[in-house]
Amino acid sequence: MTRLVVVGNGMAGARLVSEVRARDRHVTVTVFGAETWQPYNRVLLSNVVAGTMTPDQVRLLDPAWYADHSVTALPGVEVTSIDRETQAVITAGGRREPYDVLVLATGSQAVVPRVPGAAGAVAFRTLDDCRTILEAAGTARRAVVVGGGLLGIEAARGLAGRGLPVTLLHLAGHLMNRQLDAEAGLVLGETLAGLGVEIRTGVVVEEILDDGVRLTGGETVEADLVVLACGVRPVTGLARDAGLEVARGIVVDDEMRTDDPSIFAIGECAEHDGTVYGLVAPAWEQAAVVADIVTGTDKTSRYRGSRMVTRLKARSVELAAMGETHLTEDDAEVVRFSHRAAGTYHKLVIRDGRLVGAILLGATSAVGNLTQLFDRGGPLPGDRAGLLFPGLSGSAVAESPVRMPDAAKVCQCNNVTKGQIRACWESGARDVEAVAAATRATTGCGGCRDVVEGVVGWLCEQEWVSA
Amino acid sequence: MKRPERTIGPMPISLPTRTPVKAGTATHCPYCALQCGMNVTVDVTVGKTVTITPREDIPANAGGLCQKGWTAGELLTSGERLTTPLLYGRPVGWNEALDFVADRIRAVQEEHGPNGVAVFGGGGLTNEKAYQLGKFARMVLKTSQIDYNGRFCMSSAAAATNRAFGMDRGLPFPITDLARADAVLLAGGNVAETMPPFVRHLTAMRGRGGRLIVIDPRVTATARQADLHLQPTPGTDLALALGLLHIVITEGHVDEDYVAARTSGFDAVRTSAAAWWPERVERITGVPVAQMRVAAAILGDADRAAILTGRGAEQHAKGTDTVSAFINLALALGLPGREGSGYGCVTGQGNGQGGREHGQKADQLPGYRRIDDPAARAHVAAVWGIEPEDLPGPGRSAYELLDALGTADGPRALLLFGSNPAVSAPRAGHIAERINSLDLLVVSDLVMSETAALADVVLPTTQWAEESGTMTNLEGRVLLRRQAVAPPSGARSDLEILRGLAVRLRGAEGFSTDPREVFDELRRASAGGIADYAGITYERIVAETGVFWPCPAEDHPGTPRPFLDRFATPDGRARFVSVEHRPPEEDIDHEYPLYLTTGRVLAHYQSGAQTRRIPALNAVVSGPFVELHPDLAERLEVSSGETLRVISRRGETEGVARVNPAIRPDTVFMPFHWPGVNLLTNPALDPVSRMPEFKVCAVRVERAG
Repeated sequence: MTRLVVVGNGMAGARLVSEVRARDRHVTVTVFGAETWQPYNRVLLSNVVAGTMTPDQVRLLDPAWYADHSVTALPGVEVTSIDRETQAVITAGGRREPYDVLVLATGSQAVVPRVPGAAGAVAFRTLDDCRTILEAAGTARRAVVVGGGLLGIEAARGLAGRGLPVTLLHLAGHLMNRQLDAEAGLVLGETLAGLGVEIRTGVVVEEILDDGVRLTGGETVEADLVVLACGVRPVTGLARDAGLEVARGIVVDDEMRTDDPSIFAIGECAEHDGTVYGLVAPAWEQAAVVADIVTGTDKTSRYRGSRMVTRLKARSVELAAMGETHLTEDDAEVVRFSHRAAGTYHKLVIRDGRLVGAILLGATSAVGNLTQLFDRGGPLPGDRAGLLFPGLSGSAVAESPVRMPDAAKVCQCNNVTKGQIRACWESGARDVEAVAAATRATTGCGGCRDVVEGVVGWLCEQEWVSA
Repeated sequence: MKRPERTIGPMPISLPTRTPVKAGTATHCPYCALQCGMNVTVDVTVGKTVTITPREDIPANAGGLCQKGWTAGELLTSGERLTTPLLYGRPVGWNEALDFVADRIRAVQEEHGPNGVAVFGGGGLTNEKAYQLGKFARMVLKTSQIDYNGRFCMSSAAAATNRAFGMDRGLPFPITDLARADAVLLAGGNVAETMPPFVRHLTAMRGRGGRLIVIDPRVTATARQADLHLQPTPGTDLALALGLLHIVITEGHVDEDYVAARTSGFDAVRTSAAAWWPERVERITGVPVAQMRVAAAILGDADRAAILTGRGAEQHAKGTDTVSAFINLALALGLPGREGSGYGCVTGQGNGQGGREHGQKADQLPGYRRIDDPAARAHVAAVWGIEPEDLPGPGRSAYELLDALGTADGPRALLLFGSNPAVSAPRAGHIAERINSLDLLVVSDLVMSETAALADVVLPTTQWAEESGTMTNLEGRVLLRRQAVAPPSGARSDLEILRGLAVRLRGAEGFSTDPREVFDELRRASAGGIADYAGITYERIVAETGVFWPCPAEDHPGTPRPFLDRFATPDGRARFVSVEHRPPEEDIDHEYPLYLTTGRVLAHYQSGAQTRRIPALNAVVSGPFVELHPDLAERLEVSSGETLRVISRRGETEGVARVNPAIRPDTVFMPFHWPGVNLLTNPALDPVSRMPEFKVCAVRVERAG
């Protein structure tokens, strides 16, 4: 019987375990987690900071799930080395766990900037971090968030939503500089400012103090809570020590297999085709591929890379960014709509008639369709404006009785046109009831009553005017 | 618009009077599950003209009728009516036809056993006919091979409501409750076309300030009236329901007291919903997060709200789970079992509700009893005067039954009542082949339907206004359809046909041809069951304008809202059922890059066998069309009116292009009232309900010719 060992019980590891169990009930599964928590949904941590979810509402699996599915879970047990010769992992406590298949899902860890006093700040990465932040937020009077990427913005928005004054410090010239162009970053900053987050871009943190943050140039930003969101790096030490090929992440092929055929890697610790994905969707796709292969459900299953869509999860801020957002008119066809006063900035990047990048900032009903066009590489219509403003291409129905042509259908339920109502009026009908009796208009759903009334009224008016 | 003040002159005599001279017979419409009340008046002085007017006393339509209802009388006098039995296309007398059928049934059963003969019924049959058909199959034919077209209609909602509430009654509340709600969410239903007078209740709700949310991949006539329309990719309703539940949880809209007091299983559902955060759901469904949030807020802020599902959400290989997801949403909000709120399914066929309660379903006996339950078998066997062990067990579901016809271990003969599977079954080309391989096909119908045209023996049957019987509408209200006109000579009721065969095959007594006698037997057979009709009489139905089941005794008032005190589960609690989204069985790819979804138009009903024969309805829509988005039309270089060919892995068909921005650019829509579209559809079945995946498959579209 196959013995599967999974190192890492985060979003990738936990997903893999449940995907395997959904396919095969017999594989022996042992999963190690460095954190003591049940696996939880990291995507929802900003909700915990914002106070809309409690820590026990973000778990991925019920506590009873492991027993019900005969999976051995060892939370809080750290794996310190891999013995590839004998195919076993060894824990900090000296336990040896033999494997036939090993999956590394060690994720990534927060980058802590090398500045004095950094130990006094809280990283924003784990559920434990969230608890620390929440405890501090209870008594804090001002907060600083260092890092204006996705996580930093979500943390800042969450803290501001609790009524805490927040300053967001960002090294680059504009927020989310990896995903957004400068104008989008600017508009996003203005939106956040309106929600109580003070934005400082282009600033370098020199030191973290007890009562704030000192910037280059000597200025101090006051805070009694400092949250760090300065990016993450893949956790690859275990793989590196075991002699597996590691670049930025653990290098895997399309089966998510490392250069040791019995060892796979998935999620944020893995590097596929030169890319380390920091989002959950690719990790879950990768988990499904490994589950297919390990259980033999589909030996031909392969991971071919993912299109990345970044979606900010912050209340009252709608932002989706995908693909090659930095391209300009020099490199591609670009469609842009900007309305800073409304917090709106939309940019589409098109190449060969396909959407290869987009920034959609500010609420838009087009976001779902555009995301799907990007995901699927679907062909775009000639009318680019209609992509951003779907309402524009659909012509409004003229319901004014004057402009309505005689052939226009007034009552769908009984298939009555304006012309028929006119004819009915001409033979003497002077109110809705009379028209209904003659044509059955209004007798179905009743929704056309106002229009019929309008047509009859207008006809009466015409007669009155001409009389 | 301001109306001029002037006197309106007297009405000219050419206009018909609003009130008929005599009230006529108070009865109900032959079509959908709304079962609008109507008066049918026959004026024998003017060439047997039939006049139809709406009844004001039936709450479902409250004086409204759609064009189908107004014109329903035309089929009574239509030249297309069958009035003589046909044997291999040759007119014959009833005795010859029934003798032939009985002889052939005997021969097939001698060679292939009882299960060599199958029975296929319909959700349009009265309760009496549905009951008698099940009894005939089990008692006379002794076959397990019986199912009906309701499997293509209500089965997913039925399975999901059974597992959540322990009972499946379409709306477990009077339809008039909708008008008092603050919010109604309708997932995958287009009532403005399928049952227009239904909209009156929604309009009344909106008139009070209530809000309507519609989920549909198309901007349907119903969606246009909605305060909020969510337009998902076909086949993703389940993800959308999970996303809405996620938001309801994170925004604190869960009715925790209700969940604690009246439900079980929420913890697991809460955990699984955590994995469906709105941004993830947006990517799957294409529905913007902001719209999902608005929908959740509307539902969460409403004091009284209803969540309804229709075929759009249900006709999928994951239809049962999709309905469960919407029920979970309703339970989290604390809606079911509270007066003025709830979850309900909008039943489709005229007697879709009653038709699934009285034994024409493969796994059921009358009273919504399970055929594998020993107590149920003992009860029904006693009513029928047979031994429980003489009752066959469960048989194949509808598609599986049709798919098995003429195969090595499948039925060799089929008796078909009230259905037209050559048009309505998924992968219909294959089903037509199976039907053609039968040794014997007997079809009872009132017109020469596409399936009747394949039959060895066609038996001309009576229709709605020519016979009496009860119908159970979408609310679970049992109604009386009364005979209004004499049937044409030559046509016989299904009850007469079944008696004719029962007598020939077994010399059997106990097959009454009087609907009231059959109903009284049905009452006894259903007594003590979930759908208990024991206390319902024809007199009560008339006096009370319908009686809600369960109604266990004649002095019982009936049950408009069955879940107010407890649900019909063993512990009285509603059950949350943990479900996960999965993609359609057949997703789009380079070869078949578009989704096809199917549905209805206002002027037609089901396979169109009736409505296509009514000139006024045929004039509205006379043939199949393909609705497509202007962006897609531009790419295909087609415009409205051109003929398109639509091709799936299972077949191809043609339709006239209708370019319309009301549909998603990745989706085409075709109505299913004509032969053709079901040549394309995917027969992948729901693992629980055995519902085929009618609502989504992959196609490509090209210009024909």
